[in-house]
Amino acid sequence: MAEPAGGGALRNAFGGVLSIFILILIGVLAFSIRLFSVIKYESVIHEFDPYFNYRVTQFLTKNGIYDFWNWFDDRTWYPLGRVIGGTVYPGLTLTAGTMWWILNSLNIPLSVETVCVFTAPIFSANASWATYLLTKEVKGAGAGLTAAALLAMVPSYISRSVAGSYDNEAVAIFALIFTFYLYIKTLNTGSLFYATLNAIAYFYMVCSWGGYTFIINLIPMHVLLCIVTGRYSSRLYIAYAPLVVLGTLLAALVPVVGFNAVVTSEHFASFLVFIILHVVALVYYIKRILSPAMFKVAVTLVVTIGMAVCCAVIAILIALVASSPTKGWSGRSLSLLDPTYASKYIPIIASVSEHQPPTWPSYFMDINVLAFLVPAGIIACFLPLSDASSFVVLYLVTSVYFSGVMVRLMLVLAPAACITSGIALSEAFDVFTRSIKFQLPNLFSNSPSAGDNSSESSVSQDVVKNDNHRQVEKSETVPKVKGDNSRPTEKSEAVMKGKQSKKNRKKEKDLEEEDILKPKKERRLLVLPLEASAVAILLLIVLGGFYVVHCVWAAAEAYSAPSIVLTSHSHDGLHVFDDFREAYAWLRHNTDEDDKVASWWDYGYQTSAMANRTVIVDNNTWNNTHIATVGTAMSSPEKAAWEIFNSLDVKYVLVVFGGLVGYPSDDINKFLWMVRIGGGVFPHIKEPDYLRDGQYRIDAQATPTMLNCLMYKLSYYRFIEADGSGFDKVRRTEIGKKHFKLTHFEEAFTTHHWMVRIYKLKPPKNRIKGKWKKSKSSSKSSSKRNGATRKNPWQ
Amino acid sequence: MPKATNDAQLLIQSLRKAYAATPTNLKIIDLYVVFAVATALIQVVYMGIVGSFPFNSFLSGVLSCVGTAVLAVCLRIQVNKENKEFKDLPPERAFADFVLCNLVLHLVIMNFLG
Repeated sequence: MAEPAGGGALRNAFGGVLSIFILILIGVLAFSIRLFSVIKYESVIHEFDPYFNYRVTQFLTKNGIYDFWNWFDDRTWYPLGRVIGGTVYPGLTLTAGTMWWILNSLNIPLSVETVCVFTAPIFSANASWATYLLTKEVKGAGAGLTAAALLAMVPSYISRSVAGSYDNEAVAIFALIFTFYLYIKTLNTGSLFYATLNAIAYFYMVCSWGGYTFIINLIPMHVLLCIVTGRYSSRLYIAYAPLVVLGTLLAALVPVVGFNAVVTSEHFASFLVFIILHVVALVYYIKRILSPAMFKVAVTLVVTIGMAVCCAVIAILIALVASSPTKGWSGRSLSLLDPTYASKYIPIIASVSEHQPPTWPSYFMDINVLAFLVPAGIIACFLPLSDASSFVVLYLVTSVYFSGVMVRLMLVLAPAACITSGIALSEAFDVFTRSIKFQLPNLFSNSPSAGDNSSESSVSQDVVKNDNHRQVEKSETVPKVKGDNSRPTEKSEAVMKGKQSKKNRKKEKDLEEEDILKPKKERRLLVLPLEASAVAILLLIVLGGFYVVHCVWAAAEAYSAPSIVLTSHSHDGLHVFDDFREAYAWLRHNTDEDDKVASWWDYGYQTSAMANRTVIVDNNTWNNTHIATVGTAMSSPEKAAWEIFNSLDVKYVLVVFGGLVGYPSDDINKFLWMVRIGGGVFPHIKEPDYLRDGQYRIDAQATPTMLNCLMYKLSYYRFIEADGSGFDKVRRTEIGKKHFKLTHFEEAFTTHHWMVRIYKLKPPKNRIKGKWKKSKSSSKSSSKRNGATRKNPWQ
Repeated sequence: MPKATNDAQLLIQSLRKAYAATPTNLKIIDLYVVFAVATALIQVVYMGIVGSFPFNSFLSGVLSCVGTAVLAVCLRIQVNKENKEFKDLPPERAFADFVLCNLVLHLVIMNFLG
């Protein structure tokens, strides 16, 4: 037995080395496919939210962790300020800060910006390796490698983790997959050590992203599923119970979660299942130590008493939960469960473009070929069904539902899709290569056993996929190489050796069984005809090729735009629109340190980070009334708007205007949301006032309210001088009011392509001509004036 | 009713008899679990009397009791000789895992206690 054992060990070692090499290549692939934006533009931080994270990381690296933990930021949400230490998820910034600190202490002087830009690609490589580990626990190393390769490239994940997209998801997806891996590992091995690691990984996930509630609801659902389908085992207890206790404690440690970890409805599922698990464990224990008759007695007794107690407890619980208006759920979670909730009650959540439901084409764009490999993977998970594969199926189903509610959550679907597709592809390759391998010697030797093989393959009554753990060998050829192709795992090799002695006995027994019970489900290996397998393998490789091409295209063209720098190709070459940074730099160099800048909340983070000025509202959108105040000011006529801004000590107003160059995401296009949000808090702003016949227009047919509001005036002031006819390239009409003067604002700066326009508030005159005004202009609440004609003291 | 009480008595007796057969080391672990749960209950009652003001302290106290009880149950599962799944797990390894997990739990508790 030494000879075949040595051969097996050598092949094992070769397989192991090849696996590691493939994993390194997958890591390099994941890292480099995300570098397109750095190559095409520059190493710059993208979009809006990453600028906030970047600013926080800068503060952390400059001031240290204690100041970071206690940081109260007074340069945002003026005059309220924001407690950064208590309202930010610190995982990302702490990770980047640690990496920067380690590199600097090794005397590699990378700037904070560089570390921030490249954090996401590094962690996506880590996420691919975590996917390999997770899928290996579910199905085996082959499936693991395939799933890791798929995740490295899947466009949905690339979209949130390109180099420069310094956002929570960059680390959170890695934490998610790693937590799931450790949970499955604990479930498979029953080791308390992995349970501890699981809790720590869950802690890292809670630190990183608000989506951690997905984990703390999915795992209890899976435990419940296992209990209900009769798969309760003591490993399940070890996997779940320590996680709940330790996990709740660790989640409560993070300041932004705090006591929400025990009080909000998002966590109740975990406690409920915790109690249910203990009851089930107790029942199994008593069942084991009692005799069956006594157990029946016990059951009847407990059921009668227990029912009454249960009803009482449930009644109390329902009363508690129903007493709060939202039943204890937060607004965001409710909008996930009921997709129409946000548009009815919370316009701010509904207005974020990432929170809209996805369209059907976006599924194909984001997970491409995986969209139809996933159902095959689900079937493969059922043959055979284990705890781990039932978890994967549950994860996939729930993430498909949530991705249907919000486009942003396609990101959570991506790992599930990659895992199931990896399983499906790996199983398919197994079958095809096994067919070729078994039939190749027959092709060359033409022995009579070829006839046996073809008869076996045509008789296969049900599609049985190869299982790495349990095999019953039926074919009579090639006794050494069992079922595995060139990627063996150590486990299956050991199983192989053990089964060899049983094989002969089982073979005779099974042959008898086969004759007696034909329709009984048999565990036989599927072997397909040689040519079909070869063609199928070729087609699968072509499919993979299409996937790769699509992913690279999506990464290069669709998801690499930094959105702070825009380019356009025209007949005379490449135009670069760097207006945003131009405006922020102007603000930084030409205004006082303490000047307040008002703009719509989209630009708050960028203004804080790049212009370093105090802003009124920013992307955190935690205070709806404050945002509504700014929205009302933008929708009011000049005088009323001046009053509102003056009450907030605003000096400069920033408006984004895309009419000259055709930039579609400007403030005029977002204006209706300003009206809606403002109108939600201040009832004198009514949306129909700004619409003509239900249509939103800015041309000569627009309503007077629209033509007089601040947003219109600030966007189109002197626009007629820019292109002569006042033709708005985005709305594709000429504007309504072309020649007008500003009475309360003066233009401070307009960028090169007129994309950002900055206005300064005119100071009030010393003497007010005309009658003494009774109404105070120092009212802090929004003015009740709605454009009624009054004598204008500034002209 | 008398049949029910009769059944209950029979049940309790058979439970007691079956439990007496468990090995001593498992009984010690069970005693520890009972002690931890009792401590947790005492803390909850105390909170009911004096109010929950430093809520984090209350939470950490109760969760430390519950946590160590849960970990002791896990240890009992792993050490129990009747449990076929953990046949190859040496009890020393089970105890080492138990100690490690308790260390992490109490580190977090001490941090959260305030």
